[in-house]
Amino acid sequence: MNPLLLLRVALRALWRAKVRSLLTSLGIIVGIAAVIAMKAIGDGATAMIQNQMSSLGDNLVIIYPGSQNPGGVKGGVGTQQNLTDRDATALLRECEHVRNICPMVFAGAQTMYGANNWRTGIQGVTPSYSDVRRWGVTEGTFITDSDQRSGAHVCVLGATVAQNLFGEDEEMPENAYIRIRNIPFRVLGILEKKGTAAWGQDQDDVIIMPLSTCRRVMQRNPFDNVNQVLISLDSMDNLEAARQSITTILRERHHLADLADDDFTVRDMTEITKMVSSVASSMKILLTIIASISLVVGGIGIMNIMLVSVTERTREIGLRMAVGARQSDILWQFLVEAILLSGVGGMIGIGVGIGAAKILANAKQWPVLIDPSTILLSLGVAASIGIFFGFYPAWRASRLNPIDALRYE
Amino acid sequence: MSDPNIVVSLREIRKTYHLGGEDIAAVDGVSLDIASGDFVAIMGASGSGKSTLLNILGCLDQPTSGAYVLDGEDVAQLDRNRLARVRNRRIGFVFQNFSLLARTSSIENVEMPLYYGIHRPAAERHARATRLLQRVGLGDRLHHTPGQLSGGQMQRVAIARALVNEPSILLADEPTGNLDSRSGAEIMTLFHELSAEGITLIMVTHSDEIARQAKRTIHMRDGRVV
Repeated sequence: MNPLLLLRVALRALWRAKVRSLLTSLGIIVGIAAVIAMKAIGDGATAMIQNQMSSLGDNLVIIYPGSQNPGGVKGGVGTQQNLTDRDATALLRECEHVRNICPMVFAGAQTMYGANNWRTGIQGVTPSYSDVRRWGVTEGTFITDSDQRSGAHVCVLGATVAQNLFGEDEEMPENAYIRIRNIPFRVLGILEKKGTAAWGQDQDDVIIMPLSTCRRVMQRNPFDNVNQVLISLDSMDNLEAARQSITTILRERHHLADLADDDFTVRDMTEITKMVSSVASSMKILLTIIASISLVVGGIGIMNIMLVSVTERTREIGLRMAVGARQSDILWQFLVEAILLSGVGGMIGIGVGIGAAKILANAKQWPVLIDPSTILLSLGVAASIGIFFGFYPAWRASRLNPIDALRYE
Repeated sequence: MSDPNIVVSLREIRKTYHLGGEDIAAVDGVSLDIASGDFVAIMGASGSGKSTLLNILGCLDQPTSGAYVLDGEDVAQLDRNRLARVRNRRIGFVFQNFSLLARTSSIENVEMPLYYGIHRPAAERHARATRLLQRVGLGDRLHHTPGQLSGGQMQRVAIARALVNEPSILLADEPTGNLDSRSGAEIMTLFHELSAEGITLIMVTHSDEIARQAKRTIHMRDGRVV
């Protein structure tokens, strides 16, 4: 039988029982819609998290000074003061795969502007910070090399700090001076909004100033040790090589004996990235299981209705056989019906799923990513369900004996 | 067999069923020739084997033994697919209960056997079905569904459907059994016209009155022609 005719005959049969066809497809519609919506939302959320991860900086590796262990009491990461500006410079010069580097010192202080005051963290950085963290200013300028050399009393404000000092909608005043620990600092600019980090910290609640100024004025530190060093690699693919190179150079510079532990710690974002992707992948497994269950249930629904339909139409089958339908014609007729039920159900499901994802995304302010391969895969899965669950009823129909089928009451 | 006028030739046709360890012969050695253009009525009480014989004649069933030559082709031992092809091209069926597809227009009901034959374009299928429906007097009912037709009209749609592939024989199983006497008479009139046009008709009935209208009557009892 001609495929177009087959399709026509099957469509007519389904159309004659519109409500039943729709209800039968509902299982598939719901299953596919759930898959599409969940996948779109999940991918959107993953993309959002990845975006946040990269907002930390470009291929970032962080080096902390080691712990001080006087008499066996371990002080923890950062308690030693053996990581210095010169280490940082040496790493930039000697270490492979290092694109840029930024030593940092930290402090905390109460700040004031007019009647407003705000307590925040202060980061003393070199001008390379802007490049390493891919973080520019929305207004004004960033700190410069000459600020750094001269130890100028200048600063750049994070968006949260600016909001608290200058007021919600206020623009940055021309030539503004704020007081940090009662010392006036000129505000050079305001940083772009970075938002909340993956671990919940507000990255915009910060004041940036030249490292030299921060060390001298805020930390009152006469030495040249730093609290951490940010390193931007040329590519995350070179992470292991870079790690080894960093370790070798620092051990050499710190004159560590062969058996001594490192007196510094090298951290990178792979752990957090791994955690995020493991959460995402367990979510995906869960979704796949749920989707599979609902699709199997939908498929059983199709098989059930097809079996009923074959029984109901026994006489029609007998008649078709009497006028010359071969077994394969009958098999195909019912198989095509089942595939249409699941295939059209799948298509409706894709539409419903995309719609649902968009509505949910709008309501929750999530990004939605609709992957064309998911849509194709869903259609394929839906059609396969039709073939798998439609085959048995169709086979039963094709095996009917025309004489018995014609006499069936 | 050598006579080109013979459409149906049965030789020692036997059909036995295995029931409870016993062989029961529903058709027990029937030999029969039917000439082209004949109008034959097969009569007999229920259980006489006339339905089984009709199934064998209609290639719906295979005889256990014996020879059946239809239109020059030996069809006694063909497989299911070949039998389906023979039914499609050479045999038209008319059933007691009309057996039309529900909620399907007359024209589509008549076209249906064409789906299973050699491929014909839709326009040709429509033209054929329309012509046959006009032939049986339903030219104004092409798009009516069975629910909108009377019993006599439904049976005429069924006859148009049986004729759509220009079969060698038209088999009718109690064609007037479900009809009132007036519709039944109309159907018989139509059969007479078809017979006059040279169509070979084989009809199973238990009504003497109907059987008498045929050119030839065959009586069956206990699986044999008497």
